[in-house]
Amino acid sequence: MTTEAADPVDAAAIAPAADAGFLQRHGASIEYILIPGAALVAALVVFGIFVALFGKNPLDLYWYMYYGAFGTWFSWQNTLSRAAPLILTALCTALPAQLGMVIIGGEGALLIGALAATSAALALQGMPPLVVQVAMVIAGMTGGGLWILLSGGLRQYRGVNETISSLLLVYIALAILNHLVEGVMRDPASLNKPSTREIGAANMIGSIPGTDVHWGLVFGLILAVASYVLIYHTTFGFAARVAGGNIRAAKIVGLSVGKLILTVCFLAGACAGLAGMVEVAAVQGRTNANLAVGYGFTGILVAFLARQNPLAIIPVAILLGGINASGGLLQRRLGLPDASVLVLQGIIFISVLASDALYGRIGLLKGKS
Amino acid sequence: MADGNIGLWTVPLAVLGGAIRVSTPFLFVSLGECITERSGRINLGLEGTLVMGAMSAYGISYLSGSPWLGVLAAGLTGALLGALHAGICSLPRVNDVAVGISLMLFGTGLAFFLGKPLIEPTAARLPAIDFGWWSDVPQVRAALRINVLFLIGVALAPILFWAFKTTRWGLLIRTAGESADAARAMGHSVLAIRLRATMAGGFLAGIGGSFLSLFYPGSWNEGLSSGQGITAVALVIFARWDPMLCLWASLAFGGAAALGPALQSVGVTSGYHLFNAAPYILTLLIMIITCSPKRTLSGAPAELSITR
Repeated sequence: MTTEAADPVDAAAIAPAADAGFLQRHGASIEYILIPGAALVAALVVFGIFVALFGKNPLDLYWYMYYGAFGTWFSWQNTLSRAAPLILTALCTALPAQLGMVIIGGEGALLIGALAATSAALALQGMPPLVVQVAMVIAGMTGGGLWILLSGGLRQYRGVNETISSLLLVYIALAILNHLVEGVMRDPASLNKPSTREIGAANMIGSIPGTDVHWGLVFGLILAVASYVLIYHTTFGFAARVAGGNIRAAKIVGLSVGKLILTVCFLAGACAGLAGMVEVAAVQGRTNANLAVGYGFTGILVAFLARQNPLAIIPVAILLGGINASGGLLQRRLGLPDASVLVLQGIIFISVLASDALYGRIGLLKGKS
Repeated sequence: MADGNIGLWTVPLAVLGGAIRVSTPFLFVSLGECITERSGRINLGLEGTLVMGAMSAYGISYLSGSPWLGVLAAGLTGALLGALHAGICSLPRVNDVAVGISLMLFGTGLAFFLGKPLIEPTAARLPAIDFGWWSDVPQVRAALRINVLFLIGVALAPILFWAFKTTRWGLLIRTAGESADAARAMGHSVLAIRLRATMAGGFLAGIGGSFLSLFYPGSWNEGLSSGQGITAVALVIFARWDPMLCLWASLAFGGAAALGPALQSVGVTSGYHLFNAAPYILTLLIMIITCSPKRTLSGAPAELSITR
């Protein structure tokens, strides 16, 4: 489905001319940095104009965005803590994208993962913290994995479009969460905001020593690198990319496409499920509707901006985490509504997609063929 | 009976009322998406269009005092978002599904941003026509207080059915959707046809949004639409791109969506959230039943990326 957008083949990359200069030889790689970068700058300019329409100074805006995201050690820590779930939810879109599938249900897998991890922690109260934490990781990843596996299975066995089914499953996951949190799992003491009981301070995974950044960031980095290795340096990943490029060719060479789809969907959901576990075990300490703040949706944007490359997801997630982190400052100092971050994300998303048209069209980077 | 104490009859009555009331946004979005998809392009961004439509309708109705101006503004906003979608999609190598997702996020974000000051004030709402005057039972009268937009939507379905079948425009849209090459060979610009089809789709989806904020539930807040737009997009798929089937499916959806509040009104409060998720579960179930991995869906426009 995304073959057109996900894999722009640059003429220069296939047949570099023998006498081509540096720019021509590395044209394709330069494009992968230059074009998304330019799209990002264009989006920031458009957002600046948008904000200027409301009588705010765009230069103030850029300054506060920078300051709130990367200006101080405090803001760096805030940014990195927000980047952690974004890396994980972005993998939920990026992994299936290797197969040509567009999964946008990371938010649902995050919620189910959070529920599963919380249930595991509550069931194992009194056990040593390490046991509880490992159980939470396993439960969160399994819960999230099964949730996206559902979309993959529907696609494989019933031909149901995975984009729509995964999005519908987000709303169903939210309903299940609200149902359980206001029903059997409710902590009677949580009056205004129905929540589950706390998992207990001893079971929280805590921060990386010397910082306020929680261990979720390390989880995210490990899974991003592991996904990169899986996709680009294993037979499994090669098979997945073949199937994503040309499904008929994959079948002819005997790849079992169904197995690939199901495995990749489970892994993708497991990443987002881990994001839910991290949010519970490092930030919230319990499950309630506060978990549905849109990390799953921002993760889609991260994956597209990183062109579905797991390693590129890391810096992009930090960037988007920074934009999220600066939202509070924009609200306080410039009086912009909290939704301004959403508007900026939407503009970035549109501009990045539109920039897909530019690949292979920048004259300077083209080889003579 | 006249005292309104009708016991459990409340539930089916509320579901009937809901089928009429709640189905209207589904109806408009699905008819709009039907036009767009028939032209060979899918616009997943109608969720964002719906929310933007709701916000702009409420804003304009509040500022001008005329809810009908609000409806018009919502339609125009939707058409603009449709033009944006079509414009980006007409660039080479851009994927329409991804653009739809981006517009979904952009539309919702923009609506929340611009709609911040509209949460407090009360705007003039759309009037309803009382079709229940013959009954003494308040619940019946409530169920039959019908909005004009619903009637327009109901009339629109057969008109679109007829237009697809017999008019020149319907034929052009279908040609672009079945074979872009054929449309080009006839000397028409496929991009221009799809631009108009997407704008028309956005216009209708925007009007669907105006119904949310100006009639039912009848106020503007950020939780106004949660997935109704995307449900309606899915609805088009199992309505087989047939406007008449869109109408029946929308009615069924409205009924399903009204089940939660209806049960709550007779005191069944457990499972409230699950009943609220009924339309999504229903969509998923119907897609599971009607789709098949072996063949493409009958009636699917051949150029549509999502069914290939």
